[in-house]
Amino acid sequence: MENKLYVSMSPHIHGGDSISRKMWDVIIALIPALLVSLYFFGLGSLLVTSVSIASCVLFEYLIARFLLKQESTLRDGSAILTGLLLAFNLPSNLPLWIVVIGALVAIGMAKMSFGGLGNNIFNPALVGRVFLLISFPQQMTSWPLPKPFNLHYLDAATGATPLSVMKSSRFDRLPDMLDMFIGNTGGSLGEVAAAALILGGLFLLIRKVITWHIPVSILLTVYIFTGILRVANPEVYADPLSHLLTGGLMLGAIFMATDYVTSPMVKKGQVIYGIGIGIITVCIRVFGSYPEGVSFAILMMNGVTPLINAYCKPKRFGEVKKK
Amino acid sequence: MNVILIAVIVLGGTGIILASVIFLTAKKFRVYEDPRIDEVQNVLPGANCGGCAYPGCRNFAEACVKSESLDGLLCPVGGNDVMKSVASLLGREVVEADPLVAVLRCNGTCANRPKTSRYEGVSSCMAASLLYGGDTACTYGCLGMGDCVTVCQFDALYIDKETGLPVVDEAKCTSCGACVRACPRHLFELRKKGPKSRRIFVSCMNKDKGALARKACSVACIACGKCEQVCTFDAISIKDNLAYIDYNACRLCRKCVEACPTNSIWELNFPPRKKAAEQEVSATKAETGKDATTV
Amino acid sequence: MRTFSMGGIHPPENKISAGKAIEQVPLPAQVAILLNQHSGAPAVPVVQRGDRVKTGQLIAEAAGYISANIHSSVTGKVLKLDEVYDASGYRCQAVIIEVEPADEWTEEVVLNSTLKRDCTLSPEEIIQKIKEAGVVGMGGASFPSHVKLSPPPGTKPEVLIVNAAECEPYLTSDHQLMLEKGMEIIVGTKITMMALKVNRAVIAIENNKPDAITLLERLAIPYSQIDVMPLAVHYPQGGEKQLIEAVLGRHVPSGALPVVTGAIVLNVGSIFANYEAVQKNKPVIDRVVCVTGKSVKKPGNYLCRIGTSVQDLIDFAGGMPDSTAKVISGGPMMGKALINTQVPVTKGTSGVLLMDGNEAHRNEVYNCIRCGDCIEACPMGLEPYLLMSLSELSEWEAMEKECIMNCIECGCCSYVCPSNRPLLDHLRVGKFKVGAIIRGRKNQ
Ligand code: SF4
Ligand code: SF4
Repeated sequence: MENKLYVSMSPHIHGGDSISRKMWDVIIALIPALLVSLYFFGLGSLLVTSVSIASCVLFEYLIARFLLKQESTLRDGSAILTGLLLAFNLPSNLPLWIVVIGALVAIGMAKMSFGGLGNNIFNPALVGRVFLLISFPQQMTSWPLPKPFNLHYLDAATGATPLSVMKSSRFDRLPDMLDMFIGNTGGSLGEVAAAALILGGLFLLIRKVITWHIPVSILLTVYIFTGILRVANPEVYADPLSHLLTGGLMLGAIFMATDYVTSPMVKKGQVIYGIGIGIITVCIRVFGSYPEGVSFAILMMNGVTPLINAYCKPKRFGEVKKK
Repeated sequence: MNVILIAVIVLGGTGIILASVIFLTAKKFRVYEDPRIDEVQNVLPGANCGGCAYPGCRNFAEACVKSESLDGLLCPVGGNDVMKSVASLLGREVVEADPLVAVLRCNGTCANRPKTSRYEGVSSCMAASLLYGGDTACTYGCLGMGDCVTVCQFDALYIDKETGLPVVDEAKCTSCGACVRACPRHLFELRKKGPKSRRIFVSCMNKDKGALARKACSVACIACGKCEQVCTFDAISIKDNLAYIDYNACRLCRKCVEACPTNSIWELNFPPRKKAAEQEVSATKAETGKDATTV
Repeated sequence: MRTFSMGGIHPPENKISAGKAIEQVPLPAQVAILLNQHSGAPAVPVVQRGDRVKTGQLIAEAAGYISANIHSSVTGKVLKLDEVYDASGYRCQAVIIEVEPADEWTEEVVLNSTLKRDCTLSPEEIIQKIKEAGVVGMGGASFPSHVKLSPPPGTKPEVLIVNAAECEPYLTSDHQLMLEKGMEIIVGTKITMMALKVNRAVIAIENNKPDAITLLERLAIPYSQIDVMPLAVHYPQGGEKQLIEAVLGRHVPSGALPVVTGAIVLNVGSIFANYEAVQKNKPVIDRVVCVTGKSVKKPGNYLCRIGTSVQDLIDFAGGMPDSTAKVISGGPMMGKALINTQVPVTKGTSGVLLMDGNEAHRNEVYNCIRCGDCIEACPMGLEPYLLMSLSELSEWEAMEKECIMNCIECGCCSYVCPSNRPLLDHLRVGKFKVGAIIRGRKNQ
């Protein structure tokens, strides 16, 4: 045969889905929240976000190119996503050099040292965030107050966030529920706008990038758990709805916990994972010394994921029951 | 003070209790093992390669200690030296085995065997051979994706970029047989290393009829029977359109090498021939892929 | 709409050749009739070089229980018994016949095309006739039909399911056969029911063939025991286990024969072959093959003699486009890529699909991102990502525990993987190895 044919195993066609499609979908889903944050935190938000994305991309490129000597994997968009998510977890008045350190930890320590996308055990953006939280507790916990078209950056006015208010049980000082819903409260730059995050989540659901299992099980667990506490003692414990709308819960439940690589693969396992995150989050928030626990909760459950994967098997077709 | 004392007592107490538990368990569930097993294991190479047909060195050591004689027990990696020390440890006799080495019975280099299709998919000979007969017209030949290289623990194999075939480094080959088991085409054979490493073998496994085999590959065995005729020691037999040289009967006279019209019989490590005409033969042979004298 | 419950995908249908009337391919100059057209032992030739054979004459006999007779598809002289490349690129024994231009059929074959409804034979006689005619599964797996129709003792078939799902993209041969031979298929179904001694049959058709559904529904009105059941368009609807679940809602237990659910599944092409074998005494010597592909000039459904080379078929369909990079025997999900186009058509060849360079290539492979899409897509509830890494590590025992033997090689996992991982390639290696280990254990 002059014209040599290609021979390969079936299937001979592919569905056309790709990593970059999924990653870009997530990035698109984050845009509404980004816009809200640009509106409320202005310049600071813009600076932190761009520096975070740029340094994540740069570090991934440098590490892949010069340390691992592999082909660069930038095209799949996962570095951009990590940068964006990292920024979303930072206060908008954070000095830029700290942001760069966060990016280095996220990409270098949490992602590339495991062998790149797909091999990491922990969510890179969260590792970056928690690293910064522990290393620079002061800068990481002074959150600027929202102010439309804020042009202050490092010198932005700071104040208490709803979470710290809840921690001290002074519920009369909690902002309006509506403000919390649209994001008009203090907090990390991407986590405040619950409405925008939910919108992004719906987009991901429609595009079938994520399924409902993880977010719903987390939110429901938090709601029920805090609800029980509230009923037990309304003096000390905040109402469940404010728990849902404050802090990084929405961001965590919809975008961080659903990270493919670090969450369980089987639906049953995903529900267990979600419940775990919910319980740990509430425990840290209510009983722990940190006002916020979502990041820690997700990282802890990331660590449990391999175990969940090993024990939660999908239902096999025609499984013969062992007696 | 008090706190320190309590800590010491608690930790120390736990330590003592656990230690005694471990001690008692070790005593109670102790399994008696012949100490010679350990001794034998110590003289074995420890490669755990499976060449002795046991899962690991320890299992082989056990087998040596338990069996009556050392017949049929051979650690190919350690060879006769190791078997001798095993024998002396156990006070038994050992028969010297001829050292073996792996040989590849295919010379279907890119030049000798034109491609007829293009494979796309996992780079594994096993997968390719499950899928189809290979990317050349020869359905018996090497697939060139190096399953053998992957399994070789001793770094004795590599794929020659130019020929696309694996090459055996005979200094490193321990004849553990991993490649023999891994090759889905069964192209490797462990053959007697021979005096001064000289060996003669048919470097082809094609069982198609002559014309077909020849069309697929210019150095295929076409089972013409010439080698069988010239061999004075009855070492060559032809079965299924393929010649095979019995290495125990072969006396390395090299007559068959000259007789083979397709150059599919290989001689390794022989000194170059005197006569000019024959030099040509080995020169073309060297061209066809592996250099016959250095492999 | 009924379908199976777990996994599955919806590949683009691309039924380019749908609705194209069946055309007869002219007799080729030479045919090569393979002796291993069925699963099981290859048939043993009963003709010799130089013999003259008639169309429909037995040329090779079934060797053993799971095997099938093979008949000459043409009239002519046996040139030789030789090995030719089959669809898997290995060489296989074949009878090569030089074709005479005029067909001379064996006497017993009834050549007219009038419908013969009545059948008064006993079940055993029917099965005997089907066996003699060498009918096998015409959907691709080519399991001998007479074996399927004689379920092992202790099992009791209740329903005959006629597999007319044709869930593979591109393929249309079964669809067209139903449109043109609807009545024959209904009668064939009736006969097969008699052979199985069951009083219910379901013809299962995917919903993308509404014309065939309406037609068969209308034709089946006089036969109260035969139902036509539309099914959702959902690959692999035509998989035996998936089909039984979709139709009956019963799961075939893993490791058991499908008949324990009471269902026997036969491909609609085999049902038609049964009709021809029993009512017309005609052995399987031709079949409808659809030649299709985006660049094919004349895609269509072609009736061709067994043993015609794929090249002849492609020539009849307007020739091979220059851009062709892959030729597939069967559909794009489970078909086999051919090494060249000299491969002859067999009883199981349902289609010939030509793909050009862009379509044929695989994409670059990336790390598994553990998205779980493959698990979602697997109709058997397996974890392909895990099985693939186990296979790469040669962990055969672990693979066995993870139920690798349940894999039906449908290819859904490789199809959906966003990292383009060659899951099924590795799974096949593992399945082969584990199968060998299990067989070894049984033999001990
Ligand atoms: S090929 Fe096997 S593992 Fe992959 S989806 Fe189909 S049944 Fe599941
Ligand atoms: S579909 Fe591909 S990337 Fe996703 S889990 Fe399966 S193998 Fe991994």
